[in-house]
Amino acid sequence: MLSIAETDLGTPARTGTELVTLTIDGQDVTVPAGTSVMRAAALCEVKIPKLCATEQLEAFGSCRLCLVQIEGMKGLPASCTTPVAPGMKVTTQNKQLADVRRGVMELYISDHPLDCLTCPANGHCELQDMAGVVGLREVRYGYEGENHLSAKKDESNPYFTFDPSKCIVCSRCVRACDEQQGTLALTIQNRGFDSSVSASQNVSFMDSECVSCGACVQACPTATLSEKTLIDKGQAEHSLITTCAYCGVGCSFRAEMKGEEVVRMVPNKDGHANHGHSCVKGRFAIGYATHADRIVKPMIRSKISDPWREVSWEEAIGHAASELKRIQATYGRNSIGGITSSRCSNEETYVVQKLVRAGFGNNNVDTCARVCHSPTGYGLKNTLGESAGTQNFDSVMKSDVIFVIGANPTDGHPVFASQMKRRLRQGAKLIVADPRTIDLVRTPHITAEQHLKLRPGTNVALINSLAHVIVTEGLVKEDFVRERCEIPSFEKWRQFVAQPLNSPEQMQAVTGVPAASVRAAARLYATGGNGAIYYGLGVTEHSQGSTMVMGIANLAMATGNIGREGVGVNPLRGQNNVQGSCDMGSFPHEFPGYRHVSDDTVRQLFEGAWGVPLQDEPGLRIPNMFEAALDGDFKGLYIEGEDIAQSDPNTQHVTAALTAMECIIVQDLFLNESAKFAHVFLPGSSFLEKDGTFTNAERRISRVRKVMQPKSGYADWEITQLLSNAVGFPMNYSHPSEIMDEIARLTPTFTGVSFARIDELGSIQWPCNAEHPDGTPTMHIGEFVRGKGKFLVTEYVPTAEKVNARYPLILTTGRILSQYNVGAQTRRTENNQWHNEDRLEIHPHDAEERGIAEGDWVGIASRAGDTVLRATVTERVQPGVVYTTFHFPESGANVITTDNSDWATNCPEYKVTAVQATRVSQPSEWQKRFREFSEEQETLLKSADVMFVAK
Amino acid sequence: MTHGSAEHLVKMANDIGNFFRAEPDREDAIAGIVNHISRYWTQRMRDKLSAHLRAEGDLSLNELPREALRRLNHLEAPAQAAR
Repeated sequence: MLSIAETDLGTPARTGTELVTLTIDGQDVTVPAGTSVMRAAALCEVKIPKLCATEQLEAFGSCRLCLVQIEGMKGLPASCTTPVAPGMKVTTQNKQLADVRRGVMELYISDHPLDCLTCPANGHCELQDMAGVVGLREVRYGYEGENHLSAKKDESNPYFTFDPSKCIVCSRCVRACDEQQGTLALTIQNRGFDSSVSASQNVSFMDSECVSCGACVQACPTATLSEKTLIDKGQAEHSLITTCAYCGVGCSFRAEMKGEEVVRMVPNKDGHANHGHSCVKGRFAIGYATHADRIVKPMIRSKISDPWREVSWEEAIGHAASELKRIQATYGRNSIGGITSSRCSNEETYVVQKLVRAGFGNNNVDTCARVCHSPTGYGLKNTLGESAGTQNFDSVMKSDVIFVIGANPTDGHPVFASQMKRRLRQGAKLIVADPRTIDLVRTPHITAEQHLKLRPGTNVALINSLAHVIVTEGLVKEDFVRERCEIPSFEKWRQFVAQPLNSPEQMQAVTGVPAASVRAAARLYATGGNGAIYYGLGVTEHSQGSTMVMGIANLAMATGNIGREGVGVNPLRGQNNVQGSCDMGSFPHEFPGYRHVSDDTVRQLFEGAWGVPLQDEPGLRIPNMFEAALDGDFKGLYIEGEDIAQSDPNTQHVTAALTAMECIIVQDLFLNESAKFAHVFLPGSSFLEKDGTFTNAERRISRVRKVMQPKSGYADWEITQLLSNAVGFPMNYSHPSEIMDEIARLTPTFTGVSFARIDELGSIQWPCNAEHPDGTPTMHIGEFVRGKGKFLVTEYVPTAEKVNARYPLILTTGRILSQYNVGAQTRRTENNQWHNEDRLEIHPHDAEERGIAEGDWVGIASRAGDTVLRATVTERVQPGVVYTTFHFPESGANVITTDNSDWATNCPEYKVTAVQATRVSQPSEWQKRFREFSEEQETLLKSADVMFVAK
Repeated sequence: MTHGSAEHLVKMANDIGNFFRAEPDREDAIAGIVNHISRYWTQRMRDKLSAHLRAEGDLSLNELPREALRRLNHLEAPAQAAR
């Protein structure tokens, strides 16, 4: 059931503007048309008994507890399935109803264990509540008949237990898996007395299609589906609303607590991004926060071959500051810098970039977006005028054509994917452009109209050929373009894409996509109604990443698919606060709010606020920091929450650069790959210990609330403040809300944002200012942020990363549901049960040619390096393409990726690496060296007594 | 690529040039490259590439970015002289 702190109103809300007034038990209540009588009653605090109804799911009408009397209606209608009508008169309590309800409960309890006192649901069980509410005193059937009390428990899932002996077959779990999640892993098998919940074809939950999202657990009104942590710990005594620290959906959760211990995470039913849903990571995979690998005390060492030494905070900060100052004195002002990450809150990111700019005196600050969506920032700024997506997630419910390009939402943005799937099951059409057959292409009740299975590296060729169709077949929304866009840029672009070389027929040889499919997809997108594009790193992580983003914006403008709900350009930002870290100006070239450092007016604003002169030249991006380190110009680095030694491409290049530096300060939870090269380790906080805000892919700023004190004794922003004071730039915030207030004062798109306002509204989508006091769900309504939309010519330039006889295959990379990013968090949870190693997906033809069978060890070599992975032989990849994930450092996925990057932003071209695959019998040389180095570093850590110990 | 060399800067400049070469107006194309490099490259990166070109006379830098860099240096020369 819902969280202990939430009231279940029975059936979903309706959002129409037409209102209906009815009378319930003599009380008048006015609700939107389409609302159920049950929900209308709940809204005026009349609780109608229910078991099969829950407000997260459509009414089902099976338990017959919620029957009511309605004047003029025959019999006793179910209030859950009866919509309100004007002037309706409802009676919810009388003798007849009471007798019926008691009878229903007698039947339920005649086949139910009577162990309430030792049951995990004791105190929060709807069946127990209903037995109390109907005044059940006896069960006249007795207990001697056949029953289900000896049904066996299924404990296969690491996070929840299924106990069928307690099941009342209300079907809430089945409906949740269908309506909310869209996986349809559950069903009711058999009928009558033999009805029972079955996962897949009556297999264990772990063996079924279940993705462990927990929607069924949340929907279950009894203890049948219970979180294992609830079984172990008992009911929580208080809860706090916070925001997930995993992906860019930014689900809102209630952390249910006993003191400082999390009992369970329950999705907030009023979450603006997730509407009460979640995935396996956010709901269950939080054990990493209290894992034994957590380092909770500061450490320093002179050389990376030295053991770590635990020191006081004063000594650690003092040492870090003196090293940074020494390096600047020796090598110059530009020889040090900082890197933030999405794991940092907005406030934490802001103070790091402030430290670098005002404390270090340069602009050498960058963030994890460099390696993922920096092309989005560049491409959308230049075409539409703002470095962010144009819609909110709910917009998808008004889309008619959903075009997913280079994204795998069921794995990377699961909760949003569930919403998208709901819309697709309602009839919206789907186009997928991906080299691989992602799950979305064919999933229960959904089949893509077109799967454009292009060769990796040919995105721009594809988008140009789609544009060619739109322009040459007269599908441009001419009136929209005339009114809203720069005409000279449009004409230039139109002439360009109309050239025969951009036709689907000519581009077919480049992309591998049949011309007929391209034509069909283009026509569908342009004429199928509201067309919305959703894209991910399969667009941005390419040498033409920014070009492709501009190509997408061109297409959306040309077809009039911007500026209202249901359409738009939607970058699926991958991480919890990557959008926020960009917004906060953690960029070498931009202040907070995407304003260039050379802009005198903006710079003077910050100089005035911070009291120091600021550099007007752009600083170093992360890849350029590495080059500068190898050149001997860049020697000091402060890294918060980012693991560049695992996540950045060409690992050997990165580690060489790190080794060339003299002082690396890592602020993190664990000894990650980058920390193995560090000289100062500052223990950081997990999201459970943070107080601040995250901004998700919708530009939605939500609160992250501390549920436990930072294990290290300091909040992350406090640590940055200590460092800033030690290097000589004073900072004296006493609460993160003050940091947000400062951001709001200095950033026009954030003027109306404050912790108080976020609390009031629940969340805020920026821009939030005088023009948009409640935030901005949909952007570019009426006009683009830059005024008129600008078309940019996007010539296809093949990548320099060419296949040849030596490296005949293309490796592309991606993510999976159960592991997150570099795996630092999820590898330290039970999610390893779903994916405990990165595997190489290889097509059967390519595998057969090389004598590779399922599970064989395969050496993968590129121009950058080589590593070894185990093979998964599958037709999900096309011949000539192999695929892997990067969640485990020992797989060395990034040893193979190269330095090729997007021309505009240096976002690495992770998605195209020329490789050869060969069957091998031992790990690669890199892996042997990695294992030795890692073991050595772990030994150097053991001498310091700095680990977290759970009480 | 050997470090200390400017090979990676040559590649970056060529990549930028390859985007702007689609611009039919040559002046706009060069201005686009000039603008991009001055907005996103550090002074040191620009100086390093310029030094490399002067030393090596490197023809591996394509024509458009070579012209852009020449104009950038020219634009910056008065500023340099003033310091």
